[in-house]
Amino acid sequence: MNTSDHPYLFILLLGLSAVAFALIPLGLAWLWAKKYSPKKENAIKNATYECGLESKGDAWIQFKSEYYLYAIIFLIFDVETIFLLPFAVSFTGLGVGAFISLMVFLFLLVSGLAWAWLKGVLTWK
Amino acid sequence: MSDTFDQIFVSLKHWLLGYLPVWSQPVISCLLSIAVIIVAFATLFAITTWLERKGLARIQNRYGPNRAGIPLTNISLFGLGQPAADGIKALTKEDIVPFAADKLVHFFAPVVLVIPVLLSYAVLPIGRNMVAVDMDAGLLFFFAVGAATELSVFMAGWSSRNKYALLGAMRAIAQMVSYEIPLILSSVSVIMMVGSLSTVKIVEAQSTYHGLLPDWFVFTPWGFAGFILFMISALAESNRSPFDLPEGESEIVAGYFIEYSGFKFALFFLAEYLGMFAISGLGITLFLGGWHAPFAWLTWIPSWAWFFIKLVTLVLILIWIRGTVPRLRMDQLMNFAWKFMLPMALLNLVGVAIWHFMTPGLPRWLVGFALVVGPYLLLGRGLMAGKNLAKRTYRFAE
Repeated sequence: MNTSDHPYLFILLLGLSAVAFALIPLGLAWLWAKKYSPKKENAIKNATYECGLESKGDAWIQFKSEYYLYAIIFLIFDVETIFLLPFAVSFTGLGVGAFISLMVFLFLLVSGLAWAWLKGVLTWK
Repeated sequence: MSDTFDQIFVSLKHWLLGYLPVWSQPVISCLLSIAVIIVAFATLFAITTWLERKGLARIQNRYGPNRAGIPLTNISLFGLGQPAADGIKALTKEDIVPFAADKLVHFFAPVVLVIPVLLSYAVLPIGRNMVAVDMDAGLLFFFAVGAATELSVFMAGWSSRNKYALLGAMRAIAQMVSYEIPLILSSVSVIMMVGSLSTVKIVEAQSTYHGLLPDWFVFTPWGFAGFILFMISALAESNRSPFDLPEGESEIVAGYFIEYSGFKFALFFLAEYLGMFAISGLGITLFLGGWHAPFAWLTWIPSWAWFFIKLVTLVLILIWIRGTVPRLRMDQLMNFAWKFMLPMALLNLVGVAIWHFMTPGLPRWLVGFALVVGPYLLLGRGLMAGKNLAKRTYRFAE
């Protein structure tokens, strides 16, 4: 009896076990708190932590646009790695020609990276 | 005899399942494997927290935890009781949720973090015949679920409604996203040589011995470069020092889990370590021969023992790095990922292809070596040029 015979069953059960693994101790801690140390909430204790000072303004603000640029470059290269995987799997059976044509594909993407590099997008400001 | 020890857990499971009705066997078999995975790695987590605190303390000229041992006695066992004490403390601490937080997302973030981390253990071969699921696309599965941790990090950072938490989450996402590409690209080099995404096949491909050394991929020029790139990315992916900007204590206190207390905090801590074990385990599978013994005359030691010996060694190296390397700055971190790691990882693919097309012999080694050292020196020097860096001087306490 091998678990590999039922891969989906195993992954489903592992996912469920992971949820239980997180929720059971949280439940135990909740029960303990209910019995022995009930919550005593107040405005100061449950305030947003800012190193002891009173917090000013909202934390849900706009953030630097650099993050988006990195995310876009990441997206390009992440899709590229997905294209690379089937090539890598069949690489041992391929000749030099197939490899060179893949290098052309890689070169097109790398030229995009080089363009972004020269444009200064990759320099964190 | 050595075979019995090697397969002891597998035979034990078969023996136990023999007593059960046939219809229940698939489910019980899965549950037994899951229990073994969780117990083994949770124990390793407990030992590692103690080891890390002891190791860091030694590096910093302190003692580290040395009081907690066996309760109600004076036996302290070098503080080995510390993980248990920490666990009890985490369970009994008050769980404070800020009034401003988004309560539901705040609660689910640590739970969501544990799921992908544990799922990645499904494809990790921890011994001969000891892999939970031998998937054809095992590596792809590992990277797919590994990437899901980013979701939880952002859930935690955003829902806390705290400036530090949001900053930490943004940094963590930018960092994990940037280092994921060199991580995958460095493993693509192994996939190219093996021709399979299955982790079991990758370990099998490294099973032979060549003279004194085993045929592990780390003992080839491209494999060595790939292993270094992989481990640097793995450090960044698991948010460990020197890439611990998302939680940099001295600037944003604890980053995305600043507003977590009690067992939710412990879950973040646990998931971070379990993620580190999983990705180190993958590094072992890809480059360090998986569960194979380093020398042919050491094969009598069980395969699962070899996996854990290698894992603990890697973890000790990571603790050593944490104790000695200072934290990077955000711009250094991003520049390093995109301007050094990514080009090096792409060039490594060319290196592996040339290694594959050339006939075995000394010229192949020289070309492979040149293809690693050449770009490293050129890229390193190129990026350092014009920086006007002076040698740092250190002052030590007498």
